[in-house]
Amino acid sequence: MKHLLLGDEAIAQGAIDAGLSGVYAYPGTPSTEITEYIQMREAKRPEGQAPIFCKWAANEKTAMEAALGMSYMGKRALVCMKHVGMNVCMDAFMAGSITGANGGLVVVAADDPSMHSSQNEQDSRFYAKFAMIPCFEPSNQQEAYDMVQEAFELSEKIHYPILLRVTTRMAHSRAVVETRENTPKQNTMKMPDNVKHFILLPAFAKGNYAELVAAQDSFVTLSNESSHNCYVKGSNPKKAIIATGIAYNYLMENYRPEMGYSILKVSQYPLPVALIDQMVKDGTEEVMVIEEGQPVVEELIRGLVPSTVKVIGRLTGALPRMGELSPDCVRAALGLEALPTREADTLVVNRPPALCQGCGHRDMYSALNEVLKEYKNPRVFGDIGCYTLGALPPYQALHATLEMGASVTMAKGAADAGQHPSIGVIGDSTFTHSGMTGLLDCVNSKSNVVIIISDNLTTGMTGGQDSAGTGRLEAICTGLGVEPEHLRVVVPLPKNMEEIKQVLREEIDYNGTSVVIARRECIQTLKRHLKAAKK
Amino acid sequence: MKKDIILAGVGGQGILSIATVVGEAALTEGLYLKQAEVHGISQRGGDVQSNLRISSEPICSDLIPKGGADLIISLEPMEALRYVSYLKPDGWIVTSNAPFVNIPNYPDMEELNKHLAAVKNHVALDVETLAKEAGAPSQAANMVLLGAAIPMLGIDHDKMIAGVRRVFARKGEAIVESNVAAVEAGYKNGIKL
Repeated sequence: MKHLLLGDEAIAQGAIDAGLSGVYAYPGTPSTEITEYIQMREAKRPEGQAPIFCKWAANEKTAMEAALGMSYMGKRALVCMKHVGMNVCMDAFMAGSITGANGGLVVVAADDPSMHSSQNEQDSRFYAKFAMIPCFEPSNQQEAYDMVQEAFELSEKIHYPILLRVTTRMAHSRAVVETRENTPKQNTMKMPDNVKHFILLPAFAKGNYAELVAAQDSFVTLSNESSHNCYVKGSNPKKAIIATGIAYNYLMENYRPEMGYSILKVSQYPLPVALIDQMVKDGTEEVMVIEEGQPVVEELIRGLVPSTVKVIGRLTGALPRMGELSPDCVRAALGLEALPTREADTLVVNRPPALCQGCGHRDMYSALNEVLKEYKNPRVFGDIGCYTLGALPPYQALHATLEMGASVTMAKGAADAGQHPSIGVIGDSTFTHSGMTGLLDCVNSKSNVVIIISDNLTTGMTGGQDSAGTGRLEAICTGLGVEPEHLRVVVPLPKNMEEIKQVLREEIDYNGTSVVIARRECIQTLKRHLKAAKK
Repeated sequence: MKKDIILAGVGGQGILSIATVVGEAALTEGLYLKQAEVHGISQRGGDVQSNLRISSEPICSDLIPKGGADLIISLEPMEALRYVSYLKPDGWIVTSNAPFVNIPNYPDMEELNKHLAAVKNHVALDVETLAKEAGAPSQAANMVLLGAAIPMLGIDHDKMIAGVRRVFARKGEAIVESNVAAVEAGYKNGIKL
């Protein structure tokens, strides 16, 4: 049947149709919709069909480990995250390449080149190479759908996890996808044949690692024979183009048959060495690499072709060094003139995103900014979420924002260095994702910090997913050792401004670790809840 | 047939509901379609756009090249102008004329209208009033824009109306009819080729 699906939804539907037993994920743009789609489908699951586990995980590491557990039991598991989530789960991901998989294990990394909604544009294909496992990179939504099934089958055949790498334009672009009409059949529980494979004592791990190293040639063979990697010799084979994943679309958008270049499409890694050798044999003198993200293939290819073959791409300036590709930059790289068009309009000004009107983070920042005027050189360390927008006008309240959880620990480090006031601002979901352990460090060293947990009862920035600690933040904080008298709760509303300011003042003046929870529901989820209640 | 359309607006205005209807109609017609959306941080009141491509032949790129768009549909006049470099020289702009001012340096309206008027093929409508006159709620304003754009969408009027009916069917007869009325109001006041 034909459906109009986002790339993320195609992956999700592909996993469901492949007999998925569990999806493990923490929300993160552009990966969120994979899990949301499975949750939506699970809510409408026909009777008699086996359930799919699909509750959000606290972070990407817990997600990866739980998926490894499901795979250990012989069932098919999917792990989804944005690219920087890969950093969070890396310990488990790398271990998973040494243990290998039992039930099919597919890890989806959704990269965000151009940083539409991210702090960097790291390329997850490096991670597949780092872990020495195969990587799939679909070029369109149909291929994404088909690849998930293949990835599960391959994972079970070779007993390793598979990384499926997509980028923003694949994740968030909709296209017609033809799905299989089957009733998904999940694996039954089946323990690993060799349990030692999952015990990474050095003595066992060495053997496992040797197996992984020995398997590398077979992974290259799989790539050489993959239907997703395709080499076509051109009529003018002196020039060749390697296009990977979605970059292939930008190439084909602009390609004219009269160009006659040889084309190698790559959607499965490690690189298909035999196809590259064939391309060289066909007389290639210059090869252009078009890839979304960092110049991964462009660097690798230099070791695979003779030094007489010129390699061009992002590293040589043939294509932009950073940012996502566009049909325009690929067009220019192919030597085609730009289409006739108008100049950009000079009246148009930027319209940066902002916190919603009525949002509790706003009132929290208003109070914080007012109070901090009373102190010399305060420092506020922010975190990742809607409240990061507090760095922009009108609040300009933040002095640093790095990654998930860094508000707590950077505030601690700054306090350790002698800074006062040293404030951390973190959301509830980010706190349970990566802030709790840092708070334990603060408590253990009685660091002179105020950690503001701006609790909107949801994971707001990604659209309002469940937050792992909702209703238990006070218990978590006191459980970590925060003194009850320095754990304060306020309701961020304009009418409470004086009270909030007084609480902040008192806790800044306390020489030790304080937590102020500013709690009010996200205005977006509140609207949704009110609408649902009306029905 | 091939139409490249840029949908524009401010996060939260609901540009994607236009894409949903066009997508439904295109799928029913057996056409190819690609639609790149913006999710994440910019949805919080920032500028948002969606690239919608419809074709009777397979579509390669998810993004529209500069100078390649046949049509810009915008829920906000400045946002329409943000993408003029993507418009074909003879391309059309269909926009709401109501500014959404959530920034301190929003340009002068008179100047903005002059720039809009400099685009030969443009339709600027008071979509909320047109929706209200058609007996539809102001949320149906985007359906007025959709109606106004129909002659440039590559899917004919009746098929588009059928698409609207299917998309809104689960919301009940009254909502279906008010959205159809909004589309018709836009169609009457929209692009004349």
